[in-house]
Amino acid sequence: MSDKVLMKGNEALAEAAIRANCRFFFGYPITPQTELAAYMAKKMPKAGGLFMQAESEVAAINMVYGAAGAGARVMTSSSSPGISLKSEGISYIAGADLPCLVVNIVRGGPGLGGIQPAQSDYFQATKGGGHGDYHMVVLAPASIQEIVDLTGEAFDIADRYRTPVMIMGDGMLGQMMEPVTFENVGKGASDLPEKTWATDGTHMKRKKNIINSLYLQPEDLEKLVLEREQRYQVIKEKEVRYEASMIDDAEYVFVAYGTTARIVKNAIKTLRAEGYKVGLIRPITLFPFPEKILAETAKRVKGMLCVEMSTGQMVYDVRLAANGACPVEFFGRTGGVVPVPDEIIASFKKMVGGDK
Amino acid sequence: MNNQHNEIILAGFGGQGILFIGKVLASAGLAFHKEVSWLPSYGPEMRGGTANCRVIISEEPIGSPYIVTPNMLIAMNKPSLEKFEDTVVPGGYIAIDSSLITQEIHRKDVTAIAIPATKIAADMGMRKSANMILLGKFVKESGLMTLDELKEGVKKSVPATKTAMLETNFKAVELGFQS
Repeated sequence: MSDKVLMKGNEALAEAAIRANCRFFFGYPITPQTELAAYMAKKMPKAGGLFMQAESEVAAINMVYGAAGAGARVMTSSSSPGISLKSEGISYIAGADLPCLVVNIVRGGPGLGGIQPAQSDYFQATKGGGHGDYHMVVLAPASIQEIVDLTGEAFDIADRYRTPVMIMGDGMLGQMMEPVTFENVGKGASDLPEKTWATDGTHMKRKKNIINSLYLQPEDLEKLVLEREQRYQVIKEKEVRYEASMIDDAEYVFVAYGTTARIVKNAIKTLRAEGYKVGLIRPITLFPFPEKILAETAKRVKGMLCVEMSTGQMVYDVRLAANGACPVEFFGRTGGVVPVPDEIIASFKKMVGGDK
Repeated sequence: MNNQHNEIILAGFGGQGILFIGKVLASAGLAFHKEVSWLPSYGPEMRGGTANCRVIISEEPIGSPYIVTPNMLIAMNKPSLEKFEDTVVPGGYIAIDSSLITQEIHRKDVTAIAIPATKIAADMGMRKSANMILLGKFVKESGLMTLDELKEGVKKSVPATKTAMLETNFKAVELGFQS
């Protein structure tokens, strides 16, 4: 316990990335993510790496594209409007099969929106953002310790499957402090494939590598897209992460991720004390989505209540997974308003038909 | 350190060191093996006048870090007291800097703690330490933790290179504790 330090989510993520051997950071400041870049500016050069504040988000993501192509462990971070700007670049990075980490500390939208916590970028993160048949692996931590642990894993997942990985937090997770230890952050798994595709110089020993996302022959492009789709299927089999809490005897199950899941836990504590058998499924990977546990659970509960800081985005995936086996209701606050346990409890009681 | 689940809201003007005293409490909790969280306001209210942070110190893993009904409130200006006074749970504690807040704490179902921290700080020639004096007084009256535990939190929150700052802060919390 004594080796734990108190850190903000933004700073802890930056420290974890450096410890995970990330040596290149390209970014552009935006609230509520700025402390991440500020920490990188201070610490990355001391670790022998490069911090660069680019002239724009578009420039930053294309610098990430370049560094990833050269085989570097590289990342960028931003908040919602900045991620919209980066989405073109993310599509190119996915199209060129390059590994990198993109951090989104989500704020209220659309447009410039606000600066308070939100989860309204779920569609953007899991269904595209950029154009084309692609996915990012999307990790959604709910505590500062989980931010740290997932940061190490994110780089490994990116390298293993040659894909961009997103860590999606929100303003609250970025700004708050909790005790963390970095003991679980490795410098990269020992069984990661070698980056034989990297454009890091032939040294006159091999044929040149080319990083590209343009394929004018439809058959060539289809073949590549289908190969990538195969990889997504492997990711769906191997990389699903979730937390299931008190679902064994549950009659109703909440589904929530990130900050919202923590608030739901408070609501569950109160409801359990009142005699309601309720549990929580907390997706930790938003892509791949924990469909299986949700499908299995939906078959034996009376209903699910999905809670989000949005007008309802993840709820579509929950309904697809439940596939009609039980009703799936929704409660959310949006625009940067953080829901409180009492309104979640009220929404639940409405769903089950009033007080006990 | 008491073994309750404590939810503390600290609020005042930007620049009074509100976020810092919140960090001191959270650091002390961490040093003595509690679960802790520290959540600052970073929105328009911070730019317009009041800054606040929410600190939880608990034996159990912390669910929501966003406190709605605190059992402890430290207020360093009038708008903060007005904003949060009614949210404190009955039997809780409210501590105010009575040199800056002239009105009384109207709640009768809480323990009211008032100390002219800003005046004491000025008299002692340590103008920037009103927050620490109030913190010391609050910690003593609420029984949240011992003086030694609080000082451990101070030690963990001040950069190791700034020994003068550490001494001033020690002196200020002691002053609050003794008054």
